[in-house]
Amino acid sequence: MTDISQQGSGPAAPSRKHGDTLMQLTARTKRRNAAERRFQAYGIAAIGVGLLMLAILVVNIFGNGMGAFTQTFVSLDVELLESKLDKKGNRDIEDIKKVSTFGYAPLIKGAFEAKVAELGLETDLKSKAMADLLSKSAPAQLRDYVLADPDTIGKTVSFRFLANSRVDGYMKGRVSRESIENDKNISAAQLDFADQLIEAGVIEKTFNPAFIFGADASDQRPEAAGMGVSMLGSLFMMFVVLALALPIGVAASIYLEEFAAKNWLTDIIEVNISNLAAVPSIVFGILGLAVFINYMHLPMSAPLVGGLVLTLMTLPTIIISTRASLKSVPPSIRDAALGVGASKMQAVFHHVLPLAAPGILTGTIIGLAQALGETAPLLLIGMVGFIASNAPDSVASGLMDPNSAMPAQIYEWAKRADPAFYERAWGGIIILLVFLVTMNTLAVILRRRFERRW
Amino acid sequence: MYDTAKTESAVEQMELKIEARNVQVYYGDTHAIKDVNVDIEDKTVTAFIGPSGCGKSTFLRCLNRMNDTIDICRVEGDILLDGEDIYDPKVDPVQLRAKVGMVFQKPNPFPKSIYDNIAYGPRIHGLARTKAELDEIVEKSLRRGAIWDEVKDRLDAPGTGLSGGQQQRLCIARAIATEPEVLLMDEPCSALDPIATAQVEELIDELRQNYSVVIVTHSMQQAARVSQKTAFFHLGNLVEYGETGQIFTNPEDPRTESYITGRIG
Amino acid sequence: MPTVWLVVFVIAVSAFGYMAGRHRALQSAGGDSRALHSLPAYYGYNVALTVLVPSLLVLALWLFVQPILVDNRVSDMIPAEAIPESSTLGLVMSDVRRVAEGLDIAVEQGALTEQETRAIRTEFTDVRSRLGELGVALGADVRPEVLQAAQRYRQINATGHLLMSIAVTVLALGGLAYSYAATNKDFRARNVVERGILALLILAASLAILTTIGIVLSMLFETTNFFRLHSWTDFFFGSTWAPNFRGDSELSILPLLWGTLYISFIALLVAVPIGLFAAVYLSEYANGHVRAFAKPLLEILAGIPTIVYGLFALLTVGPALANIFGRGPEGLLGVEWMSGATSVLTAGVVMGIMLIPFVSSLSDDIINAVPQAMRDGSLGLGATKSETVRQVVLPAALPGIVGAVLLAASRAIGETMIVVMGAGAIAKFSLNPLESMTTITTRIVSQLTGDTDFASPETLVAFALGITLFVLTLGLNVLALYIVRKYREQYE
Repeated sequence: MTDISQQGSGPAAPSRKHGDTLMQLTARTKRRNAAERRFQAYGIAAIGVGLLMLAILVVNIFGNGMGAFTQTFVSLDVELLESKLDKKGNRDIEDIKKVSTFGYAPLIKGAFEAKVAELGLETDLKSKAMADLLSKSAPAQLRDYVLADPDTIGKTVSFRFLANSRVDGYMKGRVSRESIENDKNISAAQLDFADQLIEAGVIEKTFNPAFIFGADASDQRPEAAGMGVSMLGSLFMMFVVLALALPIGVAASIYLEEFAAKNWLTDIIEVNISNLAAVPSIVFGILGLAVFINYMHLPMSAPLVGGLVLTLMTLPTIIISTRASLKSVPPSIRDAALGVGASKMQAVFHHVLPLAAPGILTGTIIGLAQALGETAPLLLIGMVGFIASNAPDSVASGLMDPNSAMPAQIYEWAKRADPAFYERAWGGIIILLVFLVTMNTLAVILRRRFERRW
Repeated sequence: MYDTAKTESAVEQMELKIEARNVQVYYGDTHAIKDVNVDIEDKTVTAFIGPSGCGKSTFLRCLNRMNDTIDICRVEGDILLDGEDIYDPKVDPVQLRAKVGMVFQKPNPFPKSIYDNIAYGPRIHGLARTKAELDEIVEKSLRRGAIWDEVKDRLDAPGTGLSGGQQQRLCIARAIATEPEVLLMDEPCSALDPIATAQVEELIDELRQNYSVVIVTHSMQQAARVSQKTAFFHLGNLVEYGETGQIFTNPEDPRTESYITGRIG
Repeated sequence: MPTVWLVVFVIAVSAFGYMAGRHRALQSAGGDSRALHSLPAYYGYNVALTVLVPSLLVLALWLFVQPILVDNRVSDMIPAEAIPESSTLGLVMSDVRRVAEGLDIAVEQGALTEQETRAIRTEFTDVRSRLGELGVALGADVRPEVLQAAQRYRQINATGHLLMSIAVTVLALGGLAYSYAATNKDFRARNVVERGILALLILAASLAILTTIGIVLSMLFETTNFFRLHSWTDFFFGSTWAPNFRGDSELSILPLLWGTLYISFIALLVAVPIGLFAAVYLSEYANGHVRAFAKPLLEILAGIPTIVYGLFALLTVGPALANIFGRGPEGLLGVEWMSGATSVLTAGVVMGIMLIPFVSSLSDDIINAVPQAMRDGSLGLGATKSETVRQVVLPAALPGIVGAVLLAASRAIGETMIVVMGAGAIAKFSLNPLESMTTITTRIVSQLTGDTDFASPETLVAFALGITLFVLTLGLNVLALYIVRKYREQYE
């Protein structure tokens, strides 16, 4: 230490080192402030980029997808000619069934001819070309109607048919006369005819609930494709996940949080859980394929298998959030229960668990929302590559019959060659997002309403 | 420990470094500091004493505008450093804090090497043009901080690896490295053991040769040992300010007397 | 009886046992529940659980183990000579199983009686067409050994099933008798029941380990099968990926690994700067309003399912990039650098967008964990906020940030949907980000969803890819955790 008696030893403290006055910023300070402002600007720019991307995504989704909810329909009056449909005239259902959909095609042609005459339209198109404006499902629609009610044969009935995807695209701006130059499915003349029908109000674009609730359709009929059946598939899977992951997850969490001793076994379990939470989802798909389908011979593409795979994926998430909820219940509650003579298990089940329930519920809903959006593992257990066309008729068949799920259906549509399916893929995303937003909002509301701050 | 008579007379000739007039500090709606008027003299150790929560640390933090970092804090009144109002809109706190250094209650060395801890201040203020100059500044600061001998062969070791007392002396050396004119110390010894405390107190007495030191302390004995001027704060008011010896032997205000005799605080 | 009925039976017995046990306990206390050691319900649960748990456990285990044992017994029946050149024992066994299932369906539909299924011979009946009539498709004519094996398979299975039913029933009824007999007012039912529940809780917790073991074993098993058919040195060190369903494919992981790492690199290049700067701004500079507004919005990006990002890559970002970098004279730059919509850049950029909130929220937590005293020390020396952040806060937070980046990398490597839709199917080594390059995850999907035979190397390679992916991501996660933990003490 320096000697005290030496006052002011060494160089004297500099009198005015940092600029002569505080009122003026030195050049260096100005530079540093400029650097500070740049730094802040980078931060704002980063947040801006993130939000911009979100905005672009949302605009994209809604811009491209809203179109899927409207569909072009053609209103025609079809005369159900007895001569074509029931030659014998005895309304025998077996005889009527023998008439295939091909047999109904002439009826449609006739309906067009009648319409043209009624409206006084001028066109060179043959009636076959006119009939091609309709979706290929139109004759089947007629046939189903007649089979359901054979008494209508001989009458003229008004129908609304789906227009084919090219006409639909034309109404939505996807298809133009330039774009169809090489397209075999439609010609410019047909589009001209369509214009006339649009003017006359025969063709119109309206809201199409069949997109939301109907079944998927084949490659050639994007206009008839709907999400309904795959929604049911997703629903069944979510039931399985809820029924399995919630009890098992809560049970595991209770054990780990309340009963487990701090030994090596517990450590291993906890390490495993946090590892599983970070494993890529496709690995779970491989597990599902190898164990559930190949080893246990469960049916391929079944929502049960999908549900089992998603359960394994959601389990770590539920365990982690349930543990957090259990931890947040203060020890004084447990002590109070033990103090009146409850056993540890009674304290947990009668007191701690009900208090932690809102948090557990919130975590479960969020876990389910994540599971709803998963696609990769479902691809491996076979939930794409076929058409989800039949709604399941019972719980058992809902679980065991091949079906698709919403994200897998979207993927399937995106894979198909026809660009009309892209619009439906975006529309499917909107439906999926509606589900997710609802579930997440529900979770937030539940949390706000029931959360207790200790 | 020191010859109070000799140092007291030396004090009277010092110029005023900081002048505070009608200073009010508000935390939101709470009026925390009320009508404080005090002069801090150059080359002097001034102690702020008072019971907990009386506002001494808050007032200390006004002197280098550290209260700016707290959103709800509002300062009114004038605080002049060498005649210039530090709260003038033209003043950049960054430049102010190079002139008015601060040492905190709990030692807070950066997780860097000892050398980098000291060199940080001079680097950002551009005080050294070459590495040699920087080395010189570092050595001088460590010497002035009374810690050079203990760390001179391990300047690359992490600053967090030192003992509590050493860390605080490191922080003092770090504050000195920017060549400030005023050194503010907020209860610098409260986290240290008695031996380390003694080392730091000795250091403070040396520092006053070159800097104005303002020290907040909750220990009256410490204030009596190291300071020449003492200000007694109570419930946000500056109750009494004067020569240390006079405050502790013959206080004018009854509140001061209550505090130093132990009836309050 | 069918398994489902067995389960229903056991549940019914346990329900009955609940009521019986409770009744008997109350009786033994003379109708006064206060004289009982535990609440009456516990006595009921004791009986119910003693019936339910052992029998269902045995049932589950039996169902799990029986197929293995049966397979082993039956495959011993197939002499080595009977395995045709192009096939393996595994393929023959799956034929056996298919024939056996076909015979099952025949019996179910009444087309054959049990007697007939046992008596049927390939010499006298065209089994293939017979089963074909019932809707069972077989790939080739049924050979005599296969038919015999299938019949034996059905026999052993039936016997096993019978034994299992007996065992389960005995356990259920035995459990009922045992626990019922033990029921009286001094019996500590609650303790027994609670111990049982604890065991169930432990079982649930071990499911996590079981899952990990299941993942590793299932992939390991098929991977060893794969390495029997394809050299492992070629897999790990070869340089071409060209599967050929006629056999003789080139299956090496390196081109796929390159694609995976390149795309992840670009994704991190996008996500880390943006995420880090956003986190710094939100935690150091932003006031309450901005934080409350911007943070949840950024979190939304994290909640969007990856299929949405995949579609975004395929239909929006891809064509947009192609417009800029490709399409010759019609494009923005007038160049032809990009031929299709899928490319490394497409997938990388979109993946980066997905990872922004991931990096941002992890970094936010880490930056907030740096003690305020350190910031005060720096500000007290006259540093500006950005200098404090750059020279004090970020270096202090560096281990945590490195950990976050590693976790983001692990997520990027394991991502599937975005690359399936945005990156394409061509495996190559190239530095050009505008080219299509495929990844490990994409190939796993394509190899397992094609029509190729399950036992072929082209399909089994997916398991080898899967286990490599698993090990890689696990390694990154463990490394991240280790780094964070090791360096965390430095400012404690």
